[in-house]
Amino acid sequence: MSAEPGKPPAPDIRDEPELIDVLEEEAGQDEIPPPPKPARRVPWTKLVITPAVLIAGLILTWLWFTNADLDSVARNSTANGNVWVRLREHIELTAISTFFVLIIAIPLGILLTRARMRKAAPFAMALANIGQATPAIGLLALLVIWLGIGKKAALIGMVIYAVLPVLANTIAGLRNIDPTLIEAARGIGMSPMGVLRKVELPLAVPLILAGVRTALVLNVGTATLAYFGGGGGLGDLIASGITNQRMPILVLGSILTVALALLVDWLASVAELLLRPRGLEA
Amino acid sequence: MPDSNGVSGANIRLENLTKRYPGSAAPAVDNVSMDIKAGELIVFVGPSGCGKSTTLKMINRLIEPTSGKILINDEDVTNIDPVGLRRKVGYAIQSSGLFPHMTVAQNISLVPKMIGWSKGRVDARVAEMLDLVGLDPTEFRGRYPRQLSGGQQQRVGVARALAADPPVLLMDEPFGAVDPITRDHLQDELIRLQHELHKTIVFVTHDFDEAIKLGDRIAVLRERSHIAQFDTPEAILTNPADDFVSGFVGAGAALKRLNLTRVRDVPVVEVPTAGVDDPLQSIFDIMGSGSVTELLLLDRHNRPYKWLRRGDLMRAKGSLARAGTLVSHHVTDDSTLRDALEAVLTDSAGRVAVTGKKGEYLGVVDMETLMNSVQELLQADRLDAIEHRAELADAAGGQVHREQEGAS
Repeated sequence: MSAEPGKPPAPDIRDEPELIDVLEEEAGQDEIPPPPKPARRVPWTKLVITPAVLIAGLILTWLWFTNADLDSVARNSTANGNVWVRLREHIELTAISTFFVLIIAIPLGILLTRARMRKAAPFAMALANIGQATPAIGLLALLVIWLGIGKKAALIGMVIYAVLPVLANTIAGLRNIDPTLIEAARGIGMSPMGVLRKVELPLAVPLILAGVRTALVLNVGTATLAYFGGGGGLGDLIASGITNQRMPILVLGSILTVALALLVDWLASVAELLLRPRGLEA
Repeated sequence: MPDSNGVSGANIRLENLTKRYPGSAAPAVDNVSMDIKAGELIVFVGPSGCGKSTTLKMINRLIEPTSGKILINDEDVTNIDPVGLRRKVGYAIQSSGLFPHMTVAQNISLVPKMIGWSKGRVDARVAEMLDLVGLDPTEFRGRYPRQLSGGQQQRVGVARALAADPPVLLMDEPFGAVDPITRDHLQDELIRLQHELHKTIVFVTHDFDEAIKLGDRIAVLRERSHIAQFDTPEAILTNPADDFVSGFVGAGAALKRLNLTRVRDVPVVEVPTAGVDDPLQSIFDIMGSGSVTELLLLDRHNRPYKWLRRGDLMRAKGSLARAGTLVSHHVTDDSTLRDALEAVLTDSAGRVAVTGKKGEYLGVVDMETLMNSVQELLQADRLDAIEHRAELADAAGGQVHREQEGAS
């Protein structure tokens, strides 16, 4: 600080000696710092409401189902823990397909934002768009014809279907970064790998996570179609409910699918909040 | 490491630096050659789009030159690994360029960590750098850039650029995005820093006043980074090389000249003073001596506190607490004459107290001292300019002479 033409007149220092300290503090600080932010990152409502609704819904369904009038056909559909087997299959399908989506789409998105590969990005995006625009059931049918019945065809179909949101968000996340930040990173001597790892990826995390969340929810939905390709999952319950005209089985399968989708979405939203780099929070 | 003169910078030499972008006929930067001495603060100033920023970025090879050479400390760095080069050259940019997902401490420690400093050394350095740029380490090291004001961010940006103690610092319009008051503070801070560190600084701006305030030498650049004039601020103000430069200097060169001289370089006048704890009788004695009509009362820290005129004490019934007018304006010995003029003009009695680093009283400047100093300064500048012109004419004459001799 040099000149201070606008300095307010000092209060009478002689009469109020404690003011001296206050004045000295003010003199050393030309900008008033904002108050520090609270440390809590996930609001409690977020942690409580969705799980509570889900649990309540599941309990109601269970109560209704155990008291429902089931004949032998219906009972057969749920025998030998079939519901648990199908639920587990469904979760497996979702998890495995999402895993492959991530290891394909994120590196691909990174590659397509490098200067050398940038020209290929529209082409790859068009392909991914075709993947998603194709009706999932048609895609699955084609894959079954090609690869035969089984989990493999179902998984490949799900991956093709869900690559787009993650790829698109990875590319958008990396492209949205303020170019001056990348120039600053290069300017202070970061290697290209360092710029990607320490600056670009952390800053793209929020958008990438949003893409992953979309892909997860999509996958829970498409996994119900795996049944048609012999891939199992909760689609099995729904289909047998429809073909045998047994409402309770159909409803059970549907509600479990919906509950799983909501649960996965909730988990992903919590993960988004927790994994978002600190300092980017609004 | 600072040598005997305290200079820790390195000299920079640009040789025929050219940047040509594919697809455009005219080069963006055309054949720039320049010698920058170690410890100098050089300002590139010119209209937007003149290639000053491109020239700067070629020094750390963020932009690779199409042809030409860059030498830092007489070492050709045109073809060494650019990443290694940039770790040895500090870089600060507009709106700070801080990484929003890293704390202040993480931002500052990036370069020291990259060049392999130990954790203890890095931590100590972070605190040292924050102190250097005037931010309290305990308060600021854990904050995220979003929690800082624009000026604070810019300070951290400078701290980050200086963290690994690079001999050269490149600054690309670093204060372009902050408000004028903060910019003024930051400029003063940079001058103070440079007094301590003696780095070689290359500073890019489009603001000529900023260039004058900061630069040891200024390179006025026109389109394609052609150097219109490369000289000291005084020489550019009093002796612009051509119409382009004088157009850039603009009106009010005499007023701008005031920015180049600090209060400590001009004589201050003494006024009678007294301390707040002095017995009233001694104050009455000073006042009663006839020639004294006004007296400056200093507080316990020897800082200017109140102006006391004859009769004030009487009217206040002998109470020092109520008598006199509080000192509302003062300038430090580090302020420019322009600041001092501003303060003198706004002061009702046409004089302003000068204080040192800790706010202690040093003297008083008034209109008369300012006018005398300015007259002397302008006179000296004019003499310099005439001498300079004579030298140039001599050199040109000598050349003609040699040519004629060669021809005969």
